[in-house]
Amino acid sequence: MESAEPEPSGSRPEEEEEDEEEDEDEEEDGALLPPEQPAAAMEDCLAKKMEITVSEAEKRTGRNAMNIQETYTAYLIETRAVESQSEGQCAPVESLWRRYSEFELLRNYLSVTYPHIVVPPLPEKRADFVWHKLSADNMDPDFVERRRIGLENFLLRVASHPVLCQDKIFYSFLTQEGGWKEMVNETGFQLKADSRLKALNATFRVKNPDKRFTELKHYSDELQSVISHLLRVRARVADRLYGVYKVHGNYGRVFSEWSAIEKEMGDGLQSAGHHMDVYAASIDDILEEEEHYADQLKEYLFYAEALRAVCRKHELMQYDLEMAAQDLTSKKQQCEELATGTVRTFSLKGMTSKLFGQETPEQREAKIKVLEEQIQEGEEQLKSKNLEGRDFVKSAWADIERFKEQKNHDLKEALISYAVMQISMCKKGIQVWTNAKECFSKM
Amino acid sequence: MNFRKDLSLPNGTPVDTSSPASSSSLLNRLQLDDDLDVETRDLFVTVDDPKKHVCTMETYITYRVTTKTTRAEFDLPEYSVRRRYQDFDWLRNKLEESQPTHLIPPLPEKFVVKGVVDRFSEEFVETRRKALDKFLKRITDHPVLSFNEHFNVFLTAKDLNAYKKQGMALLSKMGESVKYVTGGYKLRSRPLEFAAIGDYLDTFSLKLGTIDRIAQRIIKEQLEYLVELREYGPVYSTWGGLEVELSEPLEGVSACIGNCCTALEELSEDMTEDFLPVLREYILYAESMKNVLKKRDQVQAEYEAKLEAVALKKEDRPKVPTDVEKCQDRVECFNADLKADMERWQNNKRQDFRQLLMGMADKNIQYYEKGPVVYAGNFGVEEGYQVKGTRETRKSRELSSNIVAANFFPGCISSVFNKHK
Repeated sequence: MESAEPEPSGSRPEEEEEDEEEDEDEEEDGALLPPEQPAAAMEDCLAKKMEITVSEAEKRTGRNAMNIQETYTAYLIETRAVESQSEGQCAPVESLWRRYSEFELLRNYLSVTYPHIVVPPLPEKRADFVWHKLSADNMDPDFVERRRIGLENFLLRVASHPVLCQDKIFYSFLTQEGGWKEMVNETGFQLKADSRLKALNATFRVKNPDKRFTELKHYSDELQSVISHLLRVRARVADRLYGVYKVHGNYGRVFSEWSAIEKEMGDGLQSAGHHMDVYAASIDDILEEEEHYADQLKEYLFYAEALRAVCRKHELMQYDLEMAAQDLTSKKQQCEELATGTVRTFSLKGMTSKLFGQETPEQREAKIKVLEEQIQEGEEQLKSKNLEGRDFVKSAWADIERFKEQKNHDLKEALISYAVMQISMCKKGIQVWTNAKECFSKM
Repeated sequence: MNFRKDLSLPNGTPVDTSSPASSSSLLNRLQLDDDLDVETRDLFVTVDDPKKHVCTMETYITYRVTTKTTRAEFDLPEYSVRRRYQDFDWLRNKLEESQPTHLIPPLPEKFVVKGVVDRFSEEFVETRRKALDKFLKRITDHPVLSFNEHFNVFLTAKDLNAYKKQGMALLSKMGESVKYVTGGYKLRSRPLEFAAIGDYLDTFSLKLGTIDRIAQRIIKEQLEYLVELREYGPVYSTWGGLEVELSEPLEGVSACIGNCCTALEELSEDMTEDFLPVLREYILYAESMKNVLKKRDQVQAEYEAKLEAVALKKEDRPKVPTDVEKCQDRVECFNADLKADMERWQNNKRQDFRQLLMGMADKNIQYYEKGPVVYAGNFGVEEGYQVKGTRETRKSRELSSNIVAANFFPGCISSVFNKHK
């Protein structure tokens, strides 16, 4: 008997045909990848064919599952098919309302169904990294507005993803108002979800994970840590800057009061005071713009979690594979021992047979038969698990590469816009103080 | 020209020149232009070159006081002496004593809390030097005070301490000042114009006090902002260490924030050293001016009391007694001196504040001018590059899997990043 070894996961995946393969449905551990579909070409991405916006947010009250009255916010999703320019016609806008919990349901479904994909994150559930001007209240209109933008962003990301955009449940989320929740639950995706405990266990015990995933997990941990730190300090910086600008507003008032007792100096003081008021007020717009920048960073903070999820999935599959191989090996060994009569390893059976006499040849034969059946099953399972594992690594890594490029592009753009914001802020400052200086010169 | 020899008013009335008060007020009345032109100025004084002296009993700073003059009151055309704060303080007291009808410029604060402020730090000494220089220049520009003999000695004497001791012994000099010691007279009502000056000074001090508090608060907020910035910048660097393609822009932001910190520190220092002290000087100035107003009230009160006493005596005297006459004279001189000084003070104040506030605006402009240079340098961003609204940014994400950098950024930026592809 050949010893079954799990195939080293570090091997380079071979070129695969992009066929439609039917994978068997298994009920136990390890969610399977959905049927292979060729990734959508850029032009076929849903985002290109359909305009998607989350245009409104509305406070609602209703009764929840436990018949308790609650207040929540509903978001209006509007979609419209993009007609070709030559037709000149505008398709009608379709719309429906969804609440945050439904978005969460959608994302959970996508994460479980496409474990090899770095699934775009949702905007935060609760306001975090706030500075004093913003409230941490979920009902606060600013928070709701930023969440609306974040939800729209989420939908756009999914719609532009070559794999995710083709999902039927996603399409229904956008277009089918009633019965969507039931539809999602009918897919039975919750059953496929891995338990946290299992995932944790696998992380600790896996022996031979793909090095790239280990590195990636490490990277996503560091990324999460550094962006959190950045956002925390940024909030404090914003707080302090707000203070600096607002105190200047006091100059406006006192210059005005002072100008009242002056003759020649009065006009200059008064008009300079007005510019100080302008300066103090300018910080509100500046910080609002910066909030958008912070939101862009936040998205990638949450993306780090999605990255980690993919790595965890790999570890889980790898661990599963290793356990299956180990199980197979031990069964083969047992079989060998029974067949040859040699006891290589200590076993209770061996002890008892020594003490109480060996079993009959018939009993032994029966046992060997059972084991051989199990071994054959096991080998088939191992083969398919190996294949699964290799498929997963290949597809996951492809999406990770896509994600990396997206991240680099987006964050580069965000940093540049940050630089531009800073320049703009400085220019506003120069303008105001130059105006004030002119007023002072006329004193 | 020596005004002290031939003294008569334009209408021919001879003037009593026995008291310095009259001659000084005459000087005021005869001088057509109070503000001395640069060309006609014949006295220049500078304070510089601070030096630390360490002695057994104490450590202190002296400043070099340099004088250049063509005035006849000075034996030499040039003098250079060393003076310490105590000496300036002595001078000011002497001026207040001998020229009670005039507004004496303020000195920087005398006492500093040890342990809180370092009396020997460069910044403190420099701030003080500037204030002392301003003090002497204000006296130099004053048509009466600049001729004061104590001022002359201050500028010229090699051994000022000997003169100080001498001054204490001579009572003749005290004679004049005794006249102005308050006799406890209470003024019924201040004349309108002086009441107006008093009200003005009250409101003025109040407003300056508020401005001082605001300026201090701004500096405090700026320094707290600085603390946070100092933590903020390095986090971008740390992140840069994790990344490959993003490391350059991240390091760029980190460097820019670092530059901002330096610029902000400079701004706060400048405001502390140049803006606040001048503000405080003016508050002290206003205080001492209010005291002069009170002294004037005293002189007027004394005159009115004496006049009343004479009237009550009901003596049949055609002439008013000489000491009451002298009181009236004193009141008129005081009023004239004070009015002239107030006008001069208002002019100087206007110039000083124009300069001070323009300076404040300048410092802020300089601070903000540094930003764009640094950011543009690090990111190659052109002026006028429009920040895209968030909607446009998000739409651009639809092409996230297809990086088309050149379509999004102006040519110069894409060149910065293309070289790293």
